[in-house]
Formats: sequence, C-alpha cells, structure tokens
Amino acid sequence: MPFWAEITVTGFLVISGVFGLVGSYGLLRLPDPMTRIHAPTKATTLGVGGVLIASMVYGFGATGELSTRELLITLFLFLTSPISALFIAKVHLHLRQKRESLPEPEPDTGWASYTAQGPSRGVRDIPPQPPSERVLPDRSR
Amino acid sequence: MIAAALTFAIACFSLGLVLTLWRLIKGPRHSDRILALDTMVINAIALLILLGIWLGTSIFFEVSLLFALVGFVSTVSYCRFLLRGDIIE
Amino acid sequence: MRARLFPHPLLSLVLAVVWLLLVSSLSPNSILFAVLLGVFVPMFTQPYWPGMTRPTRLSAVPGYVLIVLYDIVIANIQVALIVLFKPSSKLQPAWVSVPLEIRTPEAITILAGTITLTPGTVSCDLAEDGHAILVHCLHAPDPDSVREDIKNRYERRLKEIFE
Repeated sequence: MPFWAEITVTGFLVISGVFGLVGSYGLLRLPDPMTRIHAPTKATTLGVGGVLIASMVYGFGATGELSTRELLITLFLFLTSPISALFIAKVHLHLRQKRESLPEPEPDTGWASYTAQGPSRGVRDIPPQPPSERVLPDRSR
Repeated sequence: MIAAALTFAIACFSLGLVLTLWRLIKGPRHSDRILALDTMVINAIALLILLGIWLGTSIFFEVSLLFALVGFVSTVSYCRFLLRGDIIE
Repeated sequence: MRARLFPHPLLSLVLAVVWLLLVSSLSPNSILFAVLLGVFVPMFTQPYWPGMTRPTRLSAVPGYVLIVLYDIVIANIQVALIVLFKPSSKLQPAWVSVPLEIRTPEAITILAGTITLTPGTVSCDLAEDGHAILVHCLHAPDPDSVREDIKNRYERRLKEIFE
C-alpha cells in the first residue's frame, strides 16, 4: 500500500473515532432533551463519514480498485439524519414542550405541531380506540 | 500504523456504544430513548465498516447499508407511533 | 417526445448515478441497467408527482453543496468543542423563529435539512402557513445573528436555485 494512502487512512480513522466518541459522550452529558439532539446528529455524522472515506481509501490502496458504495452510505446518512432529528424534535414538542415557551412565528399563526388542522399537523387529535372497539372497514362492497 | 489507528477507532466507537446504552437505560423520556437508539445504530454502522477493513472483506457494506435503512425506518416509526398512536393507518 | 421519455431529467440522472455507485463498476451491462432505470422509473412514477417544482438554476447547486459540506465540518468541530469544554451552566440554548421568503416545499425541505446539519442548530417545526421555521440552537448568546446567518447564507442561495 502506498505511503500517502496509509497516512490518509490513519488520519481519517483517528479523526472519525474522536468525533464519534464525542457525539455519544454529548448524548450522555448535555443537560436537557433538546440540546441532546444536537450532539449525535452532527458529531456522529462526520464520524461515520470519516470511517467510510477511510474504508474507501483503504480499499483503493489495497486492491487498486475504487469502491463507490461507501459514498452511497454516507449520502444516505446525510439525507436521513435531519429527518430523524426532526421527528425526534417533534416528539419532544408534542409530549413535553409548552407552547407558551416557544417564540411565535407571526401574528395569527402558530407552529404546525400545535395549531394546524389536518395532516400537516402530524399528530392525531383523537386518541386511538382500543382494538376491541375498533370497527373494521366494510370490505364486502 | 493503520492497525493501531483501526484499534483506536474501534475502541472509540465501542465506548460510544456503551455511552449510548447508558443513555438508553437512563432515559428519562421517550425522545431521549429514541435518540439513543438512533445513535446506537449509527455507531454500529461505523463498527461494521471498521470490521470490514479489519477482516479485509467488502461483505459488510451490504450489511451496513441494510442496517442504515432499518435504523432509519425504525426511528421514524417509533416517533410516528408516539405522535399518532399508530404506525400504519 | 423528449418530455415523454424524460419527465424528470434530474431524477433519471440521480437514479442512474446511484445505481452505478451501488454496483461500483462501469461494465456495459451495469451501464445498460442504469439507463433502463433512469428511463423507466420516472416514466412509471410520473403520475405520483403532480406539480413538482424544478430547480431553475442548476449552476448554483455545486456552490451550495460545497458551502454546506464546509459548514458541516466547521459545525462538527464547534459542537465537539462545546460538548467537551463548556460546562452545562454556561450553555445558553435558545429557540429562534426564522421567517421564510422561499415558498416552494422542496426548497423549504432542503433548507430544514441544511439547518439541522450545520452549526449548532436543529430545525424543529414549521409554521402552520409555512412562512416561518422553528430552530433550536445549542449555544446562542445572540439569537438574532443566527437568524441573519441562516437567511443570508442558505436561504438566499436556495432562492436563487429554485425561484
């Protein structure tokens, strides 16, 4: 394996290890639920990204062939981690956060989790019925 | 040199896995537990890739890709269950 | 003819490139399958994408991606330093409401994703009418500067791309 590849792989592995550990440590250390969301969504994304780049360079150095599947995993994680974070934040807003503690967006509107009607609210208004009382849809027609 | 760095990275991510497990047990709320699970999945993906480098095989890419897919879907469905009381309506 | 074969040229390109990345080879049969995917998947899924907006200025996309990647690296270092060295009592988390000028759903989605990935901010909710976005900051002594930063750095560029 060429020397530059060895240096690059080592560097990326060490950096990503540190960032991954800091992300998990932040999850444990930060004081309240909303600040905890910050640590894993950022530090861990770079941690895994670094590992994947290291793996790509290592594969290229060892075999001479460039494998591109790692890029795909990185891309997938970058696309999905904001969505997971948004969902977790929405769960927190829905279950715990008082509406009065948030800044108002503009006069006469509210945040979608609290005031919107219909599907854009993302929260069911009517509590689900217990399974025994649930009426099955009529499929005979 | 790479072997030492690899050991270091594996140690870091394993320790991270233990820390997230601690948060998962400690809670105290649903959102914390979901977040801990999500972070555990990401740490596990990193460990799988590192294992792939360690063993010199490329078979773990498919595994980690599937792990990323399943982890994302389970995070979203857990959140959706808490938000709407149902997953498939 | 061209519009019928390629209803979403961008989607076709993305599908083909993702397939080639996934099989990680450039042999003739994988290229053929990539082209088939790029042609047929958009054709069959076209009815499910009514009224989809298209980016009007594609030339601005690489610049935006580079800025976001750079900011992700900076964000990681900043958040790592805060996590490691700032005691919890000195942490000043804040909720910020950012009024939006962009209106297309795609642009707002990309903006929300960018906010979550970059310096110390997570996007949490959208206003009922979609004219503002709720952002949580990890450490913001000055919330107004965060708002200005998001508007100048990302929203202005997204507006160029989409509107």
